[in-house]
Amino acid sequence: MTASTGKGAVGRIPNRRLKRRLPLSARRAWVGLAFVSPFIVGFIAFYARGLLLTLEFSLSDLSLKPDGGYTLAFSGLKHYIYAFREHATFKQVLTSSVGNMLLDVPLILFFSLFMAILLNQRFRGRTAARAIFFLPVLLNAPAISDALDMARALLLGGTSPASATVMNAAGGGVNVSYYVDMLGSLGMPRAALNYIVGAVSRINSIITSSGVQIVIFLAALQSISPALYEVARIEGATAYEAFWKITFPMVSPLIVTNMVYTLVDSFVSSDVISLSYDTIFGAAKQYGLGSAFSLVSMIALCGILMTASGIVSKRAFYQN
Amino acid sequence: MRSETSRNTRGRIISGTKSWLLALLRWALIIGVSYVIVSPLLGVAARSFFSNTDQFNPMVYMIPQTPTLERYQVALKVMSYASVLPRNLLFVGGLAVIQAIVCSMVGYGFARFRFPLKGLLFGCLIIMIVMPSHVIMLPLYMLFQRFDPLGIVTRLGLTPPNLLASPWPMYIMTVFGAGLRSGLYIYIFTQFFRGLPKEIEEAAEIDGAGAFYTYLRVMLPNAIPSALTVLIFSVVWQFNDKFYAQLFSISPRIVLSKQISGLQASVSNLYQLRDPSLTTLYLYAGVMLAIVPLLVLYVILQRRFIEGVERSGIVG
Repeated sequence: MTASTGKGAVGRIPNRRLKRRLPLSARRAWVGLAFVSPFIVGFIAFYARGLLLTLEFSLSDLSLKPDGGYTLAFSGLKHYIYAFREHATFKQVLTSSVGNMLLDVPLILFFSLFMAILLNQRFRGRTAARAIFFLPVLLNAPAISDALDMARALLLGGTSPASATVMNAAGGGVNVSYYVDMLGSLGMPRAALNYIVGAVSRINSIITSSGVQIVIFLAALQSISPALYEVARIEGATAYEAFWKITFPMVSPLIVTNMVYTLVDSFVSSDVISLSYDTIFGAAKQYGLGSAFSLVSMIALCGILMTASGIVSKRAFYQN
Repeated sequence: MRSETSRNTRGRIISGTKSWLLALLRWALIIGVSYVIVSPLLGVAARSFFSNTDQFNPMVYMIPQTPTLERYQVALKVMSYASVLPRNLLFVGGLAVIQAIVCSMVGYGFARFRFPLKGLLFGCLIIMIVMPSHVIMLPLYMLFQRFDPLGIVTRLGLTPPNLLASPWPMYIMTVFGAGLRSGLYIYIFTQFFRGLPKEIEEAAEIDGAGAFYTYLRVMLPNAIPSALTVLIFSVVWQFNDKFYAQLFSISPRIVLSKQISGLQASVSNLYQLRDPSLTTLYLYAGVMLAIVPLLVLYVILQRRFIEGVERSGIVG
């Protein structure tokens, strides 16, 4: 004991630090909370509260008071039952929105990965090409495109579905349905054929909605070390093998990111969102029903997001 | 010997043709896709200069024979462009600066501090990024229609103000890190600050700087590339935003894109033009005027736009 007193005097410094470490870490925790506090307030005041209120509205009949307040009368699952059993269009709009989303997402992902690989190569005019490919992100203003759509509708005296216009336009030079029929009679599955025709007719929207994805993939491609390709080439790998063994695994984590981005982005501009907006703020002002619509569609989105990212991220390659 | 050289030249010719074909294919694809992107824009731009005779002349395609600036003059007047554009830029720019400051602070907090419930809060951030704000539109609308946080206003004996039709809802939401795509910006800053070496801060702290001072004078200057990305994207997305502008019925006097939707009808009423094929030309001029600010911004900052995303830390 007595022999160790000398050592104790030396060891006091770490001891003291140990004592002070707890208050320091607590203090740092408070500072951290202070930095994050705007977000905490914002999340609780707008998002958490909003979500709970939407749930409450969807379960009740809401009537506005003249001073801006409102009264709620609990009505159980009435609006949900109405939405699924009686509402004229909700089920169709929901399924078609989800269906379009599921069709578009793989196309956008493939297209943007392909284009990113193309733009990553060295060639003259690469900067200009990149600038053009990023332009849709900039010019994606719904207000403007709605106004242009309306102008077009005024000119034509009515709207026509985009695929029909493409078919008509294409029909001028090439008889599309002839080739479709020919491929069909060659034994190509009808469903695959319809998918391809649909993809071609939506090529415009696919190109314009893959700007951010292309840039994200480009960044991922540029972060791959060239040494990997060098090694593969020396070992005798072909370009095809190098793509599947190097490029694809290295960008695969960003496929998940891009998929989530694309899913959310295409959901926000889908018809089911505008249906719930119109139900709430339209002439009828069915607050409860509109809230039920938006909740159901959000649950659908969450389900898709979770399953899709679960499936893809299990196959993605993470370095750590 | 001879056969070997001939094989070599043949191989060179084959590989030369192959790379030449590949370049051709690449060019065809890039030009094709660029055409799909640019052609609507070029069409609108060209037609905004069409005079009446050009519009009705089937021989005229893209290049007007008698170009006119009349569409622009009318559109400028009807949209009250000269007064709306500066207000809109001020609104959008102010929001962008708030976004950059608030989101960088929150991002710094997430990146460098340990505090209780951090995992849960980060989960909330992910929810905020992924959840479309349409789900909470009715509560937001009601909140700002009768703005009474925690009942303070009524307790003070005042009538709660109606903040709709003013820019205030957007400012309030952005200050609390819940504005347009704030979640994404917070995430960008978090990823960026995580990538910075800890030694910088430690040095500052040893020199006696407080946490906030360290953030302001040491970390924020380092985060300028990320902050620029966030500023640019915030300006672009806020400028193009329709959802919040519509939900909070923000006045068209400060939102340029709102001027577009009524432009065609106003022109047709004011100038007694009933032919939609002519009023469309005014709309085209208006659309050009509405996108010109962003195009100018893009031309100036083109490199920053694309490299900003690459370096912002989204990719990790």
